[in-house]
Amino acid sequence: MSKNKLFSGTVGAVGGFFDRFRRQSFAYPYVLWMALFVVIPIILIGVYAFTSAQGTFTLENFSGMTDYAPVFGRSLWLAFLATVICILIGYPVALAISRADSKTQRILLMLIMLPMWINFLLRTYAWMSLLENTGLINRLLASIGVFDLINSLHAGDAGYSPITHFQLINTNGAVILGMVYNYLPFMILPIESVIVKIDPFVIEAAQDLGANSGTVFRKVILPLSLSGVISGITMVFVPAVSTFVISKLLSNGTVMLLGDLIEMQFSGAAYNPHLGSAISLIMMVIVVICMSVMSKFGEGEEQAVVM
Amino acid sequence: MAKELIRLEDCRKEFDGEVVLDSISLAIKDKEFLTLLGPSGCGKTTTLRIIGGFLRPDSGKVVFDGVTINDVPPHKRKINTVFQKYALFTHLNVYENIAFGLRVQRPKLSEQEIERRVHESLELVALKGYEKRSVSQLSGGQQQRVAIARAVVNKPQVLLLDEPLGALDLKLRKDMQRELKQIQQQVGITFIYVTHDQEEALTMSDTVVVMNKGEIQQIGTPLDIYNEPKNAFVADFIGESNIIDGVMVSDHIVRMYGRDFECLDKGFSPNEPVDVVVRPEDIDIVPVSQGQIVGTVTDVTFKGMQYDIIVDFQGFKWLIQTTDHSPVGTRIGVKIDPDGFHIMKKSEYSGLYGDYSSYSAEYDELSADPEGGGQEDE
Amino acid sequence: MTKKYTGGKIFAALTYVFLYAPIIVLIVFSFNATKSRTIWSGFTLDWYRELFHDSLIMSSLQTTLLVSVIASLIAAVIGTFAAIGFYNMKKNWRSPLLLVNNIPVVNADIITGVSLSLLFVSAGALMGFQLGFGTLLIAHISFDIPYVILSVMPKLYQLDRNLFEAAQDLGCTWFQTVYKVIIPEIMPGIINGLLIAFTMSVDDFVISYFTAGSSVQTLSMTIYAMTRRRISPKINAISTLLFAVVLILLVIVNVREARQHKAEIKKEKMLKGTN
Repeated sequence: MSKNKLFSGTVGAVGGFFDRFRRQSFAYPYVLWMALFVVIPIILIGVYAFTSAQGTFTLENFSGMTDYAPVFGRSLWLAFLATVICILIGYPVALAISRADSKTQRILLMLIMLPMWINFLLRTYAWMSLLENTGLINRLLASIGVFDLINSLHAGDAGYSPITHFQLINTNGAVILGMVYNYLPFMILPIESVIVKIDPFVIEAAQDLGANSGTVFRKVILPLSLSGVISGITMVFVPAVSTFVISKLLSNGTVMLLGDLIEMQFSGAAYNPHLGSAISLIMMVIVVICMSVMSKFGEGEEQAVVM
Repeated sequence: MAKELIRLEDCRKEFDGEVVLDSISLAIKDKEFLTLLGPSGCGKTTTLRIIGGFLRPDSGKVVFDGVTINDVPPHKRKINTVFQKYALFTHLNVYENIAFGLRVQRPKLSEQEIERRVHESLELVALKGYEKRSVSQLSGGQQQRVAIARAVVNKPQVLLLDEPLGALDLKLRKDMQRELKQIQQQVGITFIYVTHDQEEALTMSDTVVVMNKGEIQQIGTPLDIYNEPKNAFVADFIGESNIIDGVMVSDHIVRMYGRDFECLDKGFSPNEPVDVVVRPEDIDIVPVSQGQIVGTVTDVTFKGMQYDIIVDFQGFKWLIQTTDHSPVGTRIGVKIDPDGFHIMKKSEYSGLYGDYSSYSAEYDELSADPEGGGQEDE
Repeated sequence: MTKKYTGGKIFAALTYVFLYAPIIVLIVFSFNATKSRTIWSGFTLDWYRELFHDSLIMSSLQTTLLVSVIASLIAAVIGTFAAIGFYNMKKNWRSPLLLVNNIPVVNADIITGVSLSLLFVSAGALMGFQLGFGTLLIAHISFDIPYVILSVMPKLYQLDRNLFEAAQDLGCTWFQTVYKVIIPEIMPGIINGLLIAFTMSVDDFVISYFTAGSSVQTLSMTIYAMTRRRISPKINAISTLLFAVVLILLVIVNVREARQHKAEIKKEKMLKGTN
């Protein structure tokens, strides 16, 4: 029956057509599932965003949005900072790992992945005990006399009250730190996997043509690794801009982000799914815009690059 | 008399305890086309990479224009390489690939100068008009030319080519061989070429260096290598050879199969055991009564240009290439003119080659098309 | 002939310290004799003991494991068949479907969680059910399947197409081909997908938070409640145990991958013939 050498899957005789139908049908249950549990929920968000509590079409959910502009701004700004820091730290680390021999590489990569798979609540919680006013960092600084030194330097100033700690927790900085800490591996892994795939002969060709190692990096490795950086940015920015856990744990809600805002609309007391949906919708739009700007720079690497 | 440009002195290289280069010494002349020829694992690519600076010999010297360059990194050597799989920069177009080496140079070249030289190079490899193309969209042959242009544009004194034509189909390969030879003569650069294809080596080279197991077996012009192979390995690797055990009775007389034959060689001790090489095309088939030796035909294969006939002479099988057909099973006689003999001293390779007992029609196709050539570290 | 990159190595080492320092602190203080998370007063295993006696933690652990195992298994089945189905589709059907498939992966999890919550709440109001284990399970399956598909599809594409023709040539129907030939060949991809899906489920917080309702709690939800109230080093104890479990899992995955890699290299060498 298949004596013709065309690969299986081409539409040949009528029998061939039904065959393909049968083969495709394996996916139909999932297509149905996706329609129900992926597509419809997102449509619902759109529906709720434009609906009032009485069920009528309305734009009132969006009218108050300017009140939340600071929240939007803060979320975007902090996520941006966190992403940049992740690149600044992550790229050199990825480069260093890529230069190791394959056995060491495997171990180093595993060590990067290990924290990723620990519950990020716990990872964020870990920073709490470090950043608190009576946390380890402050106590360490106190024990080596940093605060005494500062206090003695300002002893003569008018209106100065001595300090016993630096305010580390409940600050923007704490939230950024939490974001960087949680998402750094998501930047390192894609960059490393792309650098490692660069044809070593291309590096040799560059050296052959006269480039020293600095030039090889600038003109060959960096441009060829850009797609990994784009992947990394996608995997850091989106969670960073939408998190609420990090801000809740490390700032007790004082630093309010989009995630916090949305979560508030959906939990207990002030249950307002319409407003929540509206904010979610705007956030989704912002993320889609950012991502399409990114993909203009990138070449569309598959997400599976990390897997 | 061309001057010597590169010299390797007693270079030795080991990988994981295995000796890949066994103290080889080689002199390469300016402006010559020299080919390193040998089977996989013979050390030819290793030698090339040592000259290029990508490998350092464990011991021995690499001398370039009188200066020892063992410690000079690749980017500082006046040598450029055409890589086997081209190693083009996929993030740059054709123009920028070629311009890469020019842009790296200090003092900086002017933009006009770069443009002039890139266009010059593109014309040389017949790719005019391809400046803006993306390299990943080019065919294998076109990528090949970009790789050559990218190397040659820097006007190096020496160009290293690592089996550059291996991935091309036969017709394209033959065309590129001619083109490469033309380019070499036109630009006047020393070419050091690595290949396992003996026909390619004979076609293109001024000098052929035959290597095996990390050692140089023979150095000479293509004609020398072909007509006067030094040992059974070289005789077998280049073209087809029948290699028979014999004895040099005296100058110009060699004895094999209990018979004395007249030959052109001399300079051996009386009755010295030797390897006798007879090329398949130098054997005439004659009626039994006129033959110097008599044997039975065991196999006939039609090869287009000639027949490959296997003949059994007292248990040892010969290959005869002739346009005369003789059916299987017939007894035939053969006649060999004096200039059809080539006598070699015995070596470690004696007895290993030259017997066509395992010959079959597939044999030639297998040995002519080694798959994925050059993937082993040589 | 190249520099030793010491600067880069030091920087990388510092980064590793940065990544692990908080975790080490957590682990160390899980053995602390007092409630303090910052002042060390002596070694004890009390917190671990208390952990196992805490019925809330134990039941949420059970819930988490139950949901994760069931969801990842179901996801593996649905996902594998879906991948096979997609593989046989023409590109103009397959591409948009794969795009939709990627939405849970690319979307922020708060959106996935919130959107599912809307679905369940409104459907629940209409059909009379509440958020609970069922909705939690459905949510987990939904975000697990894409990871299975992402893991299986590359394996499908690596398959030699001649395998199908060979099987059919020998008399197999399509279904037989799938069971006897395809699935065994892509099994490493299926198992890897299963493991990744399982890990994603165990680790999830946000989506579970919005879809589990008030009657059911996963371990992460319980931990969240605890961290908000900042109680005892039991949290530290949980962290240490989770760390150990994940470490073992990762080692297993990596060892499997290393072995697979070696087997593939051996296979290639054999096919090429000896040199």
